[in-house]
Amino acid sequence: MLAVLAVVGLLVYGLASKGSSGVALGEVAPASSLPRLEGSGDGSLADYRGRWVLVNFWASWCIPCKQEAPLLERFQHRYGGRAFTVLGVDSRDLSGDGRAFVRRYRLTYPQLRDGDGAAAHEFGTTGVPENFLVDPAGRVRLLVRGPVTGEYLRDQVAPLLPGERS
Amino acid sequence: MRAAAAILAALAIAALAAASAAAAPRASLTEIESEVMCPVCGTLLELAESPQAKREKAFVARLVAEGKTKAQVKDALVAEYGDAVLALPKGSGFDLSAYLVPVIAFAIAAVALAFGVARWRRAGRGPDRGPPPSGPSPEDAERLDADLARYDL
Repeated sequence: MLAVLAVVGLLVYGLASKGSSGVALGEVAPASSLPRLEGSGDGSLADYRGRWVLVNFWASWCIPCKQEAPLLERFQHRYGGRAFTVLGVDSRDLSGDGRAFVRRYRLTYPQLRDGDGAAAHEFGTTGVPENFLVDPAGRVRLLVRGPVTGEYLRDQVAPLLPGERS
Repeated sequence: MRAAAAILAALAIAALAAASAAAAPRASLTEIESEVMCPVCGTLLELAESPQAKREKAFVARLVAEGKTKAQVKDALVAEYGDAVLALPKGSGFDLSAYLVPVIAFAIAAVALAFGVARWRRAGRGPDRGPPPSGPSPEDAERLDADLARYDL
């Protein structure tokens, strides 16, 4: 009887831990703490509460991410500041490869590391790159499954932002 | 003479190779690739061909070339990708249940079976079993005779 209970308990635990996850438009974005890709310490989406944040899940082995990174860096250069930032999340990637990617594309926006993909799972990503625009209250306002384009940033994201670099 | 020299040389080379192998046991690339996962593909690394898997294979190959042991390579992979990169659960913490639960369940089932068999055999041997039936009671016999008398067999 005990053995049966133990097996049932394990099955329930397995199903619960593998249950569906993800965030939809209008929902509060997950804000788990993650190690910083460069330097030491941890960071979280919660650190940017009160700002618009474009959360960008990427990996160094992802080809569309290579095309997207320069666009995001330009957008960060133009709009990044006290009201907005791009927040990169290097997911299921080797940390050395991730840091090399950041150096290669001269990315200046903050980067977190999601080696085991737990944060990507919380957001419900299906691959990389994926982008979530999170408003100052922490809610997801835009969601792009795939790379963002310059037009998308200009036409969809920029109009939501305070506009000027602060 | 030359043949003897060649044999001696071959033996010396073999001895040197064996000595170096014993001094620095190296991890086997293929062995590790069969024991770790490609986190993106969800399959064993040896079966994966995705861009992420290629980077992971290169990482493992580099560590193997540096002379790292299998445990060191696996530890490095766990540091990069988390515990899920291991194809087999670790033998500690909650993962230990993956090994313990089947053993405990088997032991409980074996003990229950042994008890059941012993009980069944005790019941079959019959010291506490009643005497075997020795035919119908006089009332039953009388009723049987009456029933049979009604039929002309």
